[in-house]
Amino acid sequence: MAGDTLNINNKAAANNTYDAIVVGSGISGGWAAKELCEKGLKTLVLERGRMVEHVKDYSNTSKDPWELTHHGGKTLADKSNSPIQSKCYAYNEVSGHFFVNDKENPYNQVKPFDWIRGYHVGGRSIMWGRQCYRWSDLDFEANMKDGHGVDWPIRYKDIAPWYSYVEPFVGISGSIENLPQLPDGHFMPPMEMNCIEKQVAERIKKGFADGRTMIIGRTANHTVKVGDRGPCQFRNKCHEGCPFAGYFSSNSATLPAAMKTGNMTLRPFSIVQEVIYDKDTKKAKGVRILDSETMKTEEYYAKIVFINASTLGTTHILLNSISDAFPNGLGNSSGQVGHNLMDHHYGVGATGESDDFADQYIFGRRANGVYIPRFRNINEATKQKDYVRGFGYQGGGSRGRISIEEGIGGQYKDDLTEPGKWGFGIGSWGEHLPYFENKATLNKDKKDKYGLPTLDIDCEFKENEKAMRKDMMNSAAEMLEKAGLKNISTYDSNPAPGFCIHEMGTARMGRDPKTSVLNGNNQMHEVANVFITDGSCMASSACQNPSVTYMALTARACDFAVNELKKGNI
Amino acid sequence: MNRRDALSRVALLVGGSVIGAEAFLSGCKTATKYGESLNFTPEDIAYLNEVAETILPATDTPGAKEAKVGEFMTVIVKDCYEEKDQKTFLEGMKKLDEASTKKNGKSFMESTPQQRHDLLVDLDKEAKDYGKTKKPEDPNHYFSLIKQLTLWGYFTSEPGATKALRYVAVPGRYEGCIPYKKGDKAWAT
Repeated sequence: MAGDTLNINNKAAANNTYDAIVVGSGISGGWAAKELCEKGLKTLVLERGRMVEHVKDYSNTSKDPWELTHHGGKTLADKSNSPIQSKCYAYNEVSGHFFVNDKENPYNQVKPFDWIRGYHVGGRSIMWGRQCYRWSDLDFEANMKDGHGVDWPIRYKDIAPWYSYVEPFVGISGSIENLPQLPDGHFMPPMEMNCIEKQVAERIKKGFADGRTMIIGRTANHTVKVGDRGPCQFRNKCHEGCPFAGYFSSNSATLPAAMKTGNMTLRPFSIVQEVIYDKDTKKAKGVRILDSETMKTEEYYAKIVFINASTLGTTHILLNSISDAFPNGLGNSSGQVGHNLMDHHYGVGATGESDDFADQYIFGRRANGVYIPRFRNINEATKQKDYVRGFGYQGGGSRGRISIEEGIGGQYKDDLTEPGKWGFGIGSWGEHLPYFENKATLNKDKKDKYGLPTLDIDCEFKENEKAMRKDMMNSAAEMLEKAGLKNISTYDSNPAPGFCIHEMGTARMGRDPKTSVLNGNNQMHEVANVFITDGSCMASSACQNPSVTYMALTARACDFAVNELKKGNI
Repeated sequence: MNRRDALSRVALLVGGSVIGAEAFLSGCKTATKYGESLNFTPEDIAYLNEVAETILPATDTPGAKEAKVGEFMTVIVKDCYEEKDQKTFLEGMKKLDEASTKKNGKSFMESTPQQRHDLLVDLDKEAKDYGKTKKPEDPNHYFSLIKQLTLWGYFTSEPGATKALRYVAVPGRYEGCIPYKKGDKAWAT
């Protein structure tokens, strides 16, 4: 492949040269694009999938259910083309085109692993769950204190200003709560709890002496305008793309900001095969891409490279970037690239119903719920015997339509037109420890349609997660009982890793180049002009939804990278 | 999420499947054969519309026929149903008509609205009873499928969502506690 470079004349090379390259246009790549462009760098953003233009390409989201052929339902074709993607809660007749075709994008499940993907401009920032929670030192100190994984090279004080930097631009609605384990941020007005949620919140507060509390979800749905974006119209169709820009996505927010500077070149259909390493300068020279439309390879060069291809996408690129200096993948002398793969374990909780508030109802469809921040292992008093770390809950109350099984005829029809009882449910999101043996590796025997190796994914939840899960279920039921709900039932759907769509950890940050891939500024220990700020950088998973942390780390790393560039250090 | 809720709510109504074979060995000389294949005929759709209309008839709000539920059923069965349920549904179209002949001495389409109603009350009960002892691997009861599709199709149709229920495409705000009085319609989504 080195020969390719020789054939490029100087002019062509100049045309393909930028100040910075960003690989990926999802939630972290969008931020890298915005920050680098706003700092004056000519930036090339490479996206492996097609263009998705804000609003214009959110096809069918303004249609009413009856205008859709299947009234929103999934078809046999959906299930056969995308057996994994179509299981995702966000997949429906309208949003389906934002999920990959599993048949055309294979990977190998050594153990069950549901890899949910969106290959297009904006990536999964279009279909994401939008919940935004800061981490605290409870999370950043966890590895050091209990010895799992490696110590985070940063603490809350390092990232706090960057949360503060990104939050107002993201546009997060939420309430101020003064909880040490879940620091407050810069919030827009919170959404409203409904009748049953207010009652449950009050009863949980009274019912437990450990200070546990239930708050309104902190979500990147805008309750007031952010510039020209929003506000949220309470349609609850976020996963289909929002024509009102009622929530944050790369397409609605960061990419337009990057474009506005005049410094961004966005190149869709560009699959990055590898990062090109220059052994003389000991830096990355650029990247080699495959244009998925022309099937031709091309090289692009830059002073700095941000890899934001999503955790497993980034892993693939690093492992596939082989050179004499790095026979096991770029910046992988530690042997940690691809390892320590984590997700959150979820899909366990409890539901109940209430006879109260029969004379109360709801207006609008709130694409948000309630949140119960972590209350286990947060201090000596809450320390658990059989597991470390903790979990939070998301859920909510609603008053849906009545369900009547038996009946035929006019009276039956009329009875069905009324609301039923209020229901309430919570599901738990638990921390997944970093285990070295949970990993993604390249399978060179099984190639994809582009001739690239596929990924073998070998990941599981272990004893700590299983022990935690019991508490996740029992505590859910216990809280619902304390809240006075009736017909309480518990569930555990036991989803495979990956299905929570919080995969992370395969190029972790750390203090020691021998045991980690990135330093405290998301800079590769071994390749100073390569930065990685997607989920792969994470040294632990905590139990909060991770996206806003990726965004803060990205903005912070961009600031560092550009300063280093100005100083001539990279 | 609301749409999924609606679907899972309907799913609660699915009972089990299959009448004992002896129940439909008689009759069977009706002129029209329904459910011959997944290429549904206009007669199939007209028949399914009448079945749906019997389950959810016009009252002071439109019925399932006006909501074109018959056609919706055929689209879902063809595009979305697994093969096992497709087979159950197609056979069920025949079984329902045979049950009509057995009970009322005439085909479903020839029956009076009252005869149709009484037949479906029987089948509704039969499907519910079947559901009580149905094992997960057993086929669904055909009438459960028909009823599930009727409810789903009707309450997500324009007449069903906007006249039998209330529908606002773009609410623009959220209010978590507003007054409700008995008889007020539920939100469609």
